[in-house]
Amino acid sequence: MSDYETVIGLEVHVELATASKLFCGCPNEFGVEPNTNVCPVCLGLPGSLPVLNEKAVEYALRVAEALHLHVPERSVFSRKNYFYPDMPKNYQTSQYDLPFAIDGFIEVDGARIGITRAHLEEDTGKTSHMGGAGRIHGADFSLVDYNRAGVPLLEIVSEPDIRSSDQAKRYVDELRLTLLAVGVSDVKMEEGSMRVDANVSVRPSGSPELGTRAEIKNLNSLRSLVRAIEYEGERQWALVQAGEPVVQETRHWDEASGRTISGRSKEEAHDYRYFPEPDLVPVAPTEEMRAHVRATMPELPAARRARYVREWSIKEEDARILVDVPGLGEYAERAIASLDGGGTAKDVVNWVRQDVLAYVNETGLSPAVLSPEMLAELVALVSAGTISRNQAKDVLDESLREEKWPRDIVEVKGLAQVSDESSLTSAIDAVLAANPGFLEEYRAADDKARKKKRGFIMGEVMKALQGQGNAQVLNRLLDDRLGS
Amino acid sequence: MRAGRRRARDVLEEHLARVEEREPRIHAFNLVLADAARAAADAVDASDDKGPLAGVPVALKDNMCTRGVPTTCSSRILEDWRPPYDATVVARVRAAGGVVIGKTNLDEFAMGSSTENSAFGPTRNPHDLGRVPGGSSGGSAAAVAARLAPLALGSDTGGSIRQPAALCGVVGVKPTYGAVSRYGLVAFASSLDQIGPFAESVDDAALFLDAIWDHDPCDSTSLAGARPSLDSGSDVRGLRIGVIDEMVTGDGIEPAVRAAVSAAADGLASAGAKVDTVSLPSTQYGISAYYLIAPAEASSNLARYDGVRYGLRVDADDVALMNAATRDAGFGAEVKRRIMLGTYALSAGYYDAFYGQAQRVRTLIIRDFARAYERFDALLAPTSPTVAFEIGSKTADPLAMYLCDVCTVPVNLTGQPGMSVPFGASDGGLPIGVQVIAPALGEAVMFRVGRALEQLAPEAAPA
Amino acid sequence: MHVARLARLALSDDEIASLTKELGAILDHAAQVSALDTHAVEPTAHPLPLVNVLRPDEARPGLARDEVLAAAPAAEDGRFRVPRILGEAP
Ligand SMILES: [Mg+2]
Ligand SMILES: [Zn+2]
Repeated sequence: MSDYETVIGLEVHVELATASKLFCGCPNEFGVEPNTNVCPVCLGLPGSLPVLNEKAVEYALRVAEALHLHVPERSVFSRKNYFYPDMPKNYQTSQYDLPFAIDGFIEVDGARIGITRAHLEEDTGKTSHMGGAGRIHGADFSLVDYNRAGVPLLEIVSEPDIRSSDQAKRYVDELRLTLLAVGVSDVKMEEGSMRVDANVSVRPSGSPELGTRAEIKNLNSLRSLVRAIEYEGERQWALVQAGEPVVQETRHWDEASGRTISGRSKEEAHDYRYFPEPDLVPVAPTEEMRAHVRATMPELPAARRARYVREWSIKEEDARILVDVPGLGEYAERAIASLDGGGTAKDVVNWVRQDVLAYVNETGLSPAVLSPEMLAELVALVSAGTISRNQAKDVLDESLREEKWPRDIVEVKGLAQVSDESSLTSAIDAVLAANPGFLEEYRAADDKARKKKRGFIMGEVMKALQGQGNAQVLNRLLDDRLGS
Repeated sequence: MRAGRRRARDVLEEHLARVEEREPRIHAFNLVLADAARAAADAVDASDDKGPLAGVPVALKDNMCTRGVPTTCSSRILEDWRPPYDATVVARVRAAGGVVIGKTNLDEFAMGSSTENSAFGPTRNPHDLGRVPGGSSGGSAAAVAARLAPLALGSDTGGSIRQPAALCGVVGVKPTYGAVSRYGLVAFASSLDQIGPFAESVDDAALFLDAIWDHDPCDSTSLAGARPSLDSGSDVRGLRIGVIDEMVTGDGIEPAVRAAVSAAADGLASAGAKVDTVSLPSTQYGISAYYLIAPAEASSNLARYDGVRYGLRVDADDVALMNAATRDAGFGAEVKRRIMLGTYALSAGYYDAFYGQAQRVRTLIIRDFARAYERFDALLAPTSPTVAFEIGSKTADPLAMYLCDVCTVPVNLTGQPGMSVPFGASDGGLPIGVQVIAPALGEAVMFRVGRALEQLAPEAAPA
Repeated sequence: MHVARLARLALSDDEIASLTKELGAILDHAAQVSALDTHAVEPTAHPLPLVNVLRPDEARPGLARDEVLAAAPAAEDGRFRVPRILGEAP
């Protein structure tokens, strides 16, 4: 394996979850009948004109705030001119030399990944290729649906600060969580509301120079992002080692073959002929708009993780799970808030990250439908020694499935542990009385035999208690009695 | 034309009769909407709610969207297209009681100064059928001049209302950019396009403009807030009026036109205005800047005509070939020329020298006018360097045709209002127009000067 | 011709010949703007100094699909039909 480094910058397009499109009042919805959310504006009919959605501006401001971006006094829309049938006007209204926001960063596992810019633009429609197995190549004809045309996008461009496929994945993860937290998008890669293109180049490890990059498109999942970056890094390094040039071009990831394929067409390089969009006026976020956004910023994932670690004394890794799984952290917070003396936050988190998470994964339910108060009660029951941890697992399961209070389940099933010392002491006495000579034999035995004998007596006592003895207390009492 | 005294239906029938008689020779219309107009006129007559245009026939330039009614822009590419919506200005006309009588001919996509670039044949000047009516709103100008409609709407990107108004001997107004909504006006050059009225008199033009001037939330560039009063009288005493030197002494200005402007200036002076000459040196670069900016915007605005969603399609083996074949068959020579010019001006390596530089020249022109308005309330200039020319005389030389706009384009580049008022005629009896220009939202003073000129003008020749 | 391809116009040889000549003359004239000293002059993209023209985020129904597709040169299955597309979007 040769000694090279992959340099990656990511361009992420996020669909903003506004009620209407960026420049018209058509509903911004996914998965409706083709061409039912269209109007003169988003169909590019002659004479129609765009008017900017104020919510999209607010959402862009929220993202800018979350990603530490600077929002210049004004930004300007430009037209990006090229012909493609999914684009009703054959230009995309986007932002070019004066973007909405510039110069930010996001922390990913302690590393700072720079964000070059974030700008607003409109989405395109969708083409379906008919014949030729639904692929663009070999299709007989195509059908176009413009429901998505004009949906607001925020394009977030990172610096080439990413050094591995894993870090790229972590960057996208962190960006996703951040965008979810600020409430601007549902960021679903599988539905296309988050789309990632990767600029990839290679260089010998330690070299300060940047190699020629290829832009990889058609990355429909995090898995393909990782695979594509790895493939592309190896492809380029092989070229470099063979003394062949890396071509600056767009390449498309082919999931089936696991390769990137050159997107070069016979046509010469594109010339987008950007110029200021004369049908729109500049956006100049007012101090009032900025203040409103600042005042309504939620806690961001990084801050939340830090708070969990600090306040609950849990591991970073556990905090990450709570923040990564939608709703899980909130669930834990509410359960912890309803703890009433019995049990600690750490206990709750242990239950949440293991049993509750397993249940959520198994059922596909959101933690939001579970009652955190029930978990708090369960943790208190365990903490008070009323039930054992093993019993608690069954109780929790039933509690989650049937929405029953743990205390009721324990009562109905008679599960409560015997923790009362005098009851336990008399049970021990009864068993020892039934086994005369045991104490002498025990004291005479070596360590190994003692262990065995002790286990026998413990089992007999538990049997007498019908398995409901508090093992912890019992162990202590037995130790006292056996004098070890 | 003031409504209310006569039945709308009677007024309409009078005009329809004239259309029947004269339209075959003039070809002002792409489409006459006789039945729909009769229904609209009857509805006005039956209604108590009389708007400011109640019962007045209005001709619309055929680049304004009319729901369910062909809107062709005089182009093959939109020959059969029926918009699913009304332009805001069309809705305003209807709401004011106006009776839409038809859609008028234009240079294809409003690109031209003679209405010869129509895919459906040229419009002829009612004063001399061998001559052009000017353009691109030549159909609307000719319709008013031939009294086929008392009012018409045009659009003015570089002079397309004022120049045909001058050549046809009617009043034509380009209001301040943003005064009249562009929503539903098929775009030529978005930062320059503005809708405005044609009328037989300055008062009628003011009344009409007042009825269509409104803020429109569907047009981001529509003006909100206070608007000038257009009912501003004709008293020019004390007004400071500057005659734009470069536009009077420049090459290609016909002596008769020069004489008319100077007679108009003298008249205003005698009516009590303070008249002086003013130099606006940057305006000499107006044509160059305009013929980079307008085609650049047009090349992008017209990209949507690709045979996919509406309009003409010429089939071909793949989508790119289909787009190209459709556009080649659907666009006329002038439209292609401007698309090519604009594409070139925006292309990599040329943007700064052409489009970028033109935008800077635009700033210089704005500064020149701002300086002039420190000393003057309104400016005077020719509208067109020449009177109506013969059909076919400039079609072989695009640049000569472009120079028709030399006195009008600076007004579009700056966004200010301008109007053309008939003022005398050439020896051959062809009408001459004098242009009044005012600062943005200076329509009150512009109309005041316009009314004064109307009163001072020599007796007009009937069309 | 590069520009014709960008503009997606299928021009005949005759058209290209006459356009080349005409555009040359027009561009020569237009090039007058290059003669002006404009360094330190800001470009003007728009005659109005407006900013922040925004609309509330309210969804409302658009056009009826039947009406939209009736205007299409070719439609199928609720969508616009186009000949095969040779390349991915740039
Ligand atoms: Mg983009
Ligand atoms: Zn829409």
